[in-house]
Amino acid sequence: MSELTTVPKAIGGPSNWLDERLGGGNFLKRNMRKIFPDHWSFLLGEIALYSFIILLLTGTFLTFWFQPSMEHVIYNGSYAPLQGVGMSAAYASSLEISFDVRGGLLIRQMHHWAALLFVAGMMAHMLRVFFTGAYRKPREINWIIGILLLTLALAEGLTGYSLPDDLLSGAGLRITEGVAISLPLVGTYITFFLFGGEYPGTDIIARFYSLHILLIPGILLALISAHMVLMWVQKHTQMAGKGRTNQNVVGAPFYPAFMAKAGAYFLFTLGVVAGLATFAQINPIWIYGPYTPADISAGSQPDWYMGFLEGSLRIMPAWEINMFGTAHAGTLPLSVIIPALVPLGIVMTGLALYPFLERWITGDNREHHIAERPRNNPHRTSIGMAGIAFYGVLWLLGANDEISAFFHINLNWTTYAGRVLVFAAPVLAYIITYRICLGLQRSDAEVLSHGVESGVIKRLPHGEFIEVHTPPADDIEAHMRGKQPVPMLPVAEDPSGIPPKGMRGPIGKLRARMSKAYGGEKIPLESGHGHEEDEHAAIGPGEDHTASR
Amino acid sequence: MTDNEHEIEQPDDRVPKRVIGTPPPGTSMLGEAEARDAGVTGGETPGITLQDEQKARRAEKLVALCFLITFLAGIAFLVSYVVFQVGDPDATGTSNLALGSSLTVAVLAMAVGIVVWVRQIMPKYALVQERHEMVSGEDAREVVADTFVEGANESGFVKGKMMRRTLLLAAAPLGLIPLILLRDLDNTKMKATNFNKLLRHTVWGEKTEDGRPLRLVVEGTGQPIRAADFNSPGGILSIVPEGYEHDMNVLAKATLILIKFRPEELKSGVNKNWTHDGIVAYSKICTHVGCPAALYEQTTHHILCPCHQSTFDAADGAKVIFGPAARPLPQLPITVDNEGYLVAAGDFPVPVGPSYWERGDAEAEARAKGGQA
Repeated sequence: MSELTTVPKAIGGPSNWLDERLGGGNFLKRNMRKIFPDHWSFLLGEIALYSFIILLLTGTFLTFWFQPSMEHVIYNGSYAPLQGVGMSAAYASSLEISFDVRGGLLIRQMHHWAALLFVAGMMAHMLRVFFTGAYRKPREINWIIGILLLTLALAEGLTGYSLPDDLLSGAGLRITEGVAISLPLVGTYITFFLFGGEYPGTDIIARFYSLHILLIPGILLALISAHMVLMWVQKHTQMAGKGRTNQNVVGAPFYPAFMAKAGAYFLFTLGVVAGLATFAQINPIWIYGPYTPADISAGSQPDWYMGFLEGSLRIMPAWEINMFGTAHAGTLPLSVIIPALVPLGIVMTGLALYPFLERWITGDNREHHIAERPRNNPHRTSIGMAGIAFYGVLWLLGANDEISAFFHINLNWTTYAGRVLVFAAPVLAYIITYRICLGLQRSDAEVLSHGVESGVIKRLPHGEFIEVHTPPADDIEAHMRGKQPVPMLPVAEDPSGIPPKGMRGPIGKLRARMSKAYGGEKIPLESGHGHEEDEHAAIGPGEDHTASR
Repeated sequence: MTDNEHEIEQPDDRVPKRVIGTPPPGTSMLGEAEARDAGVTGGETPGITLQDEQKARRAEKLVALCFLITFLAGIAFLVSYVVFQVGDPDATGTSNLALGSSLTVAVLAMAVGIVVWVRQIMPKYALVQERHEMVSGEDAREVVADTFVEGANESGFVKGKMMRRTLLLAAAPLGLIPLILLRDLDNTKMKATNFNKLLRHTVWGEKTEDGRPLRLVVEGTGQPIRAADFNSPGGILSIVPEGYEHDMNVLAKATLILIKFRPEELKSGVNKNWTHDGIVAYSKICTHVGCPAALYEQTTHHILCPCHQSTFDAADGAKVIFGPAARPLPQLPITVDNEGYLVAAGDFPVPVGPSYWERGDAEAEARAKGGQA
C-alpha cells in the first residue's frame, strides 16, 4: 500500500464545508496531537466513563419496555411460576424484559453490571487521584466535580435499584423510607412528599423513574463533560520520569494513538460487561417475587456501593432520644440518623475539603502536574488508608449476616467486633501505612545511593562475602528522583523564640504544628545509609570488572 | 568456599547452566526499561520510534485475524437472535448465553485487534508538549478588569440604586416558585402538619362495614384463624387485616406476626389482657427502619429482623435484646369473635414502624393513659 500524500477527497470535502462554517481547523491544529501521558492508573477513570456510556445505551433500551407504574396487574407473561400472581406493572414489565424480549435479559444484566462497574471505576479513579495528589492546584475544581459525580452516582444507583419493584429492591426502598422519616423536623414531610403520602403509595416508582432516567443522568452527563473539558484544558498529570518536568507533558498524541487506545479500552469495558452479563447472573428478580411490605427474604443485600451505609446501620447501638418526653415532637432516632448521615458525611466532606485543608497546612500555592508517589507524602497516604479502613469495615459489616453464616461466627459478635473495628482499624491503618511509606522511602534512598542487588556474591580478600550492587537504570532513577519534599509553612521561630506572624494564636499554632508534622522531608533521597567506602566499594568501577558496566 | 568453584564446573547437560558473575544489563530487577527493546528509531521526528517493518507486517495479520473473529461473532449474534427464542427460563438462558457470548467475543476480539494495532504497528511515541500556567497574563487580566468596570458603569447598574434593589426584590419570589410548586407532591390533600397523625393509626382500629372488629387473616391465603385451630405452641403466622390483603399502604403498617405460647412461657413484658389463650400478636414492622421482622427462632422465642439484625424477645413483650432497634415491636390487643375467630380488640396503643420526629415517647404516653405499651 502506498502512503497518503494528501487528505482524501471524501474527508477533505466535508471537513472544508464544516471549517468554513465552524472554523474548527484552529482547534484541531492545536489539539489533534494533544499529548496524553501513559500510566496504567490513568485508565481507571476511563472505566467509569465507558461504563456510563454503556449505561446510557442499555438504559435507553430498557425504557422501551419498562413501565414505571405501581398499578396492580395480574401477570400473564412467559414466566410460568408467577402466572396469575398480582404485582405492580413495573415488576411485570421487568419480567417482560427478562423473558419476553430477545436480548432483554442480556441488556438488563449488562445495565446492572455496568452500574456496579461505574461506581467501582469512579472510586478506584478517585483513590488514584487522591493518593497521587493529582487534586492539587490547578485541579481542585475537577476534584470537586468528581465528588459530586460520585454522590450523584450513588443516588442514581439507589433510584435505579428500586425500579423493578421486586421483593429485594422493595426492602431497599423501605430502608430508604425508614432513614428519611427519621430525620429531625423534616422527616415526615420529606417522606410524604417523596412517596406522595404514606409509604409505599403508588407514586414512588414513577418519581424515581424520572429522576433515574432524566434528571440525574442529565446532571451526570453535564458534569462528566465538564470533567473531561477541564482535564483536556489543564492537561493530564504525569508520573515523574526521564524528561518529564512540571512544565511539560510526555506521551502519545491523541491522533492516532490515544484515540485508538481509548476506543479499544471502551470495547474492553463493553466486552467485560457483556461477559459478566452472560456468565454471571445478577439480580434474578423473578426468583425474589413481587414486592410486598409484609415480606422479606433473609440475607437481603444492597448493591455493593450501598454496603457501607447498610453496615453502619447494622453496627449502630440502639440509641433513641425523646427530647420532650411524651410531647408529639422531639424524637431523635439516633440509631438511624447517625449511621445514615455521619459516615457518608465524613467521607464525602473529608474528600471534598482535603485539597483545601492540605493547602492550608502546607501553604503550597504552586501548580502541580507531576503525580506524586503515595509513599512520598506519607501523611496523606496514611489518612487515605485510614479512610479506606473506615469504609472497608462498614462495608464488610454490611454483610455481617453472610460473614456469620459463612465462617460460622456468632452474628452478634460480628457486630460487636465491627463497633470496635470501625474506630480501631483506621488508627491501625494510619500507623501501619505511615511506617510502610517511610520504609519505602528508605528503600528508594538506598537504591539511589547504594544500588540494586545484583544477585552476584563476591568474596573479599579478607574472606568476607558481599553482594555486588549495580546502579539502578536511569529511567527508574529519574522516577525516584521526582520526589519533592512535602511543602511546609515557614514555622521556624526567630532567634528570640517568637513564631512567625499568623502562627501566634491558637489556630495559628495548630496550623504550624500540623504543617511541621505533615510537611518536610522525612527521609532525604541521599540518606540511604552512606556506604563506608570499604566493602561496598564493589559498586562502580572496582577491582571486579564484571561488576562495573 | 571451594564449593563455588565446584558448582561452576558442572556438566553441560544441566540446564540452565549456573554462571557466577554479573548478569548482563537488563536482567536485574531494575536493570533496564523495556521500552528500549523494540523497533528501529525513525530518526526524523524525535519522540517517534517507528516499528520494525517486518514485525508490523506480522502484527497486521494478527489484527486482521482479530477483526475477522469480530465479524464472525457479529454474524453469530445476528443468527442467535433469530434462532434462539425466549420464553421459559431455560430457553431464555440459552438465548442469553448465545447472544451474550457472541457479543463478548465480538467486542473483545476487536479490542484486542486495536491494541495490537496501536502497540505493534503504530510508532512508539514519547512526544513532548509544553505546559503553561493556567493563570492568564497580567495584561489580559487588566483589560478584563477595566472592561468590567467600564461596562458596569455604562449599564447604569452602579448608579441606579433603586433599580438594583428592586431587581433583587423581584428575584426573591421567583426563586421560591420552583420550591412551592413541589408542595402538591403529596396526594393526601391534608395539612402538612397532620401528616404525622396518619402515622399514629393503623386499620386495626377500624370496623368492618357491618360493625364487626377486623379479623386476623393469614397472609397469602386470606383465611381467618380460629383460636382453637392455632393451638400448637411455638407456631407462628404472618397476619394481615381482613379486607386489606392487597393494600400495600395497609400492609406496610398493619402486618402482624402471631405467635402461640404456652401460658407459662409468657413473661411480664407481654400484656396478657391483649392475648388470647397464649396467642400474642406483634407488629411485624421493625421499629428500626421498617423491614418486616420475619425470622423467628422457636427455641429462644427470638424475632429477628433480617435487614439489620435487630432481635426481639417475643416471650417478653418483643423487647429489644440486640441490634439497632430502640423500641419493642408494638403488641396488638386481640380477642375472639363469637364464631371463635381471632379479631383485633383495638388499634396498636403506639405508632408502629420506624421512629420519626413527631412520635414522642408514645410508650410512656400509652402507659400514662392506663394502657400498657
